[in-house]
Amino acid sequence: MSVAQAIEALRRELGKENVITATEDLFCYSYDATADLPEQKPDVVVTPENVDQVVKVVKIARQYRLPIYPRGSGTNLSGGTVPIKGGIVLSTLKMNRILEIDPSNLTATVQPGVIIQDLNNAVAPYGLIYPPDPGTVATATMGGSVAECSGGLRGLKYGVTRHYVMGLEVVLADGEVIRYGGKTVKNVTGYDLVRLFTGSEGTLGIITEIIVRLIPAPQARETMLAGFSRLADAGNAVADIIGQKVIPATLEIMDRVTVETVENFAHVGLPTDVAAILLIEVDGIPEVVKSEAAAVRQVIAKNSGWIKTAENDEEREKLWSARRAALPALAQRKPTTILEDATVPRSKITDMLLVVEDIGKRYNLVIGTFGHAGDGNLHPTILADARNEEEMERVRAAVEEIFRAALSLGGTLSGEHGIGIAKKQFLPWEMGNSGVQVLKKIKQALDPDNLLNPGKIVDLT
Amino acid sequence: MSIFDGLAAVEEEILKCMKCGNCQAVCPLYQESRREPAVARGKIRLAAAILEGKLEPTDGLAERFDLCLTCLACVASCPSGVKVDRIILAARTALTQKKGLPFIKKAVFTGLSRPRLFDLGVKTAARLQGLLFKNIEPGKMQPRFPIGLELRRIVPPLAPVPFRDQVAEKHAVERPVATVAFFTGCMTNYLYPEIGLAALRVLKAHGVDVIIPRLQHCCGAPILYSGAADMALKMARSHVDLFSSIQADAIITVCGTCGKAFKHLYPELLEDVPGYSERAREVAAKILDITQFLHKLPFNPELFRAPELAVTYHQPCHLGRGLGVVQEPLSIIRSIPGVNYLPLMEPARCCGNAGSFSLTHYDLSYQILTRKLKDIEDTGAQLVVTGCPACRMHLTDGLVKKQMPQKVVHTVELLASSLEEK
Repeated sequence: MSVAQAIEALRRELGKENVITATEDLFCYSYDATADLPEQKPDVVVTPENVDQVVKVVKIARQYRLPIYPRGSGTNLSGGTVPIKGGIVLSTLKMNRILEIDPSNLTATVQPGVIIQDLNNAVAPYGLIYPPDPGTVATATMGGSVAECSGGLRGLKYGVTRHYVMGLEVVLADGEVIRYGGKTVKNVTGYDLVRLFTGSEGTLGIITEIIVRLIPAPQARETMLAGFSRLADAGNAVADIIGQKVIPATLEIMDRVTVETVENFAHVGLPTDVAAILLIEVDGIPEVVKSEAAAVRQVIAKNSGWIKTAENDEEREKLWSARRAALPALAQRKPTTILEDATVPRSKITDMLLVVEDIGKRYNLVIGTFGHAGDGNLHPTILADARNEEEMERVRAAVEEIFRAALSLGGTLSGEHGIGIAKKQFLPWEMGNSGVQVLKKIKQALDPDNLLNPGKIVDLT
Repeated sequence: MSIFDGLAAVEEEILKCMKCGNCQAVCPLYQESRREPAVARGKIRLAAAILEGKLEPTDGLAERFDLCLTCLACVASCPSGVKVDRIILAARTALTQKKGLPFIKKAVFTGLSRPRLFDLGVKTAARLQGLLFKNIEPGKMQPRFPIGLELRRIVPPLAPVPFRDQVAEKHAVERPVATVAFFTGCMTNYLYPEIGLAALRVLKAHGVDVIIPRLQHCCGAPILYSGAADMALKMARSHVDLFSSIQADAIITVCGTCGKAFKHLYPELLEDVPGYSERAREVAAKILDITQFLHKLPFNPELFRAPELAVTYHQPCHLGRGLGVVQEPLSIIRSIPGVNYLPLMEPARCCGNAGSFSLTHYDLSYQILTRKLKDIEDTGAQLVVTGCPACRMHLTDGLVKKQMPQKVVHTVELLASSLEEK
């Protein structure tokens, strides 16, 4: 009866309103946004309102040996928040205050449940932005995106979440609260624990406060749409733009399958007679934007593409909303959407595009590829039907080949979605067994009883 | 098979949900509660669990499915194109079929589904309402005792004489440009006869013959949205009988929910009913919101003049996202000489009323309304115009409680009050 006792203790410490146990509710925390993964109901969901309550949850979990799965909005794409061993889902959604915006230090301090877009809206009046920009920016939480080290559409120029996290407050597996990093631009004290916890996917500690770096909003930007009748031309154009020393804020690719689907859904006037399109945005000081946009136009022409520029904010917004809709729109075609996150050095983008196209043909699968071409981060998205087991077998085989191809091109398993459950079996391919052992040692040191988000990234056995 | 036959009919919709969570950004209920069962993604998972036989039809499940405003915001923003409202209605119907309706709802709906009894009941209530309600100020009452209604709720008094009893059945003008049948809806008939009178005046001023069929009654939407499809089916049938027998160019509604019931729900309810499916579609094809109809006529702004008036517009969910009537009301309001239109930041955000939701979940409903009130305040408008009697009631409730000076009227009331006497 230890689960019932644990729930009783949680109610006592957090109040009844912060402890959810109805079966109907637990069902709604048995999944995240990842397809083709087992679902599992937790035993209880808690919604702590402050760090003290988080500590209490951790202590009760320890006492009763129950796993804890931190969860933000559950928009993650690697199974990272699925409570596969039952136990406690810890929702951070009630810890959703922006604690401080410090324009003189260019930082913001937030609780983990703050929605990324809400932070951006709050800093906009100061002429600042928080650059990480995942596709789910309007729904995902800061805590979740730090834990997953999410990337997004501006990764090429601005990097991923880890490049903006300056300080963290974390509750460890033993209930201790630690704070690392802070507002100083320079901080080289000891091991870089801020980076360790960023992207740790809730397996090493529970993030309860985050200090992030903000940057001045770019003064100007120019958004362009380029079309190509050959996939290879689009890939080569990406490499050539970077080769011209132009670093666009965003350089996105959508292949024919994706373009057709998005257009069918969003009706934004995307051309459907192309092999691929690129969405390119350069930003910064007006003069620089002008010359960079000119360089981009030249490169596109050289690679047999056509290009048009968004004339106003409305046109720009239309293009971006089409890009943001790419993944979910693909989901309209078939019921099961398996999105991958294969990432290669950007010089290899053409090779990767062609490999994915070939894999789709060989396995007779519909694959829509879109993604952050500029940073080499592609999202080959396989459209299937989970009810068709024979098809799903082909999907799984194709996914493995995609990963092998990415790694053989010098790439990585995950550009921005993390490892979670979905990719942990492939980790040795990238970092070797000894590399995986180091991850295990870290996990062992910080969470010896394997209570924090067990079964994600590495297994402790 | 229609959604009113149960969840199997929406299996494909359920499978379409890829759990991306985009619905969280637009769901007014989720934004208040921040709990997964409150948002479409969670409810779709619950519907799937029922289908898979993993969940029994419990009270708890019915409560979760009650937690939806059917405001359609998730449907409009879902890139996978999941028709969430269909899943919600199918689930509510399936649950009601298994569990039956709660006692109060059953009593009320039985009344609603029997037009003559309902009419008599409401008229009796209109005479007795002073015993149950106290007047706060003209047009605004509050319940005196717990009577199953939320005690804090401010409601308009029942009209001493319902709209349809105040006016003739047929209204002819000289040289009519069109003939319309007017479906009044219950709120206009019993609570806001002034909306009905305004519609009549404006239509006549535009040279339109108006028929207000005597035998019409509740559209059935409240019943259908509660999952009692069998009762609603009878109501749909009687309205299809009634309106298909009338020679009219259009059937006019002044409430998006009534319009949506005729336009979308009747054809689906009557899909497999012999002798009805085709007529239901014909009736549906004639349904127009009054602003749509006037806009097409075309609307003649020269008939109108308002004193200098700062006006904002709240878009009712079922009118805007439900029937796609977004531009017509704005175009009409803005064309009235003297009107200064000041848009809301989020004109299409649900006000929180959502039919009986505001009665059963008053606190949540009021939280959602609070955001709307703030938005109204920020515009600086003196008058709030909306196209739905229920939104009008809810907005009035909030404005009175917050002691805000703005009044709320239906679009057609703004028109009637700006009509220049000739």
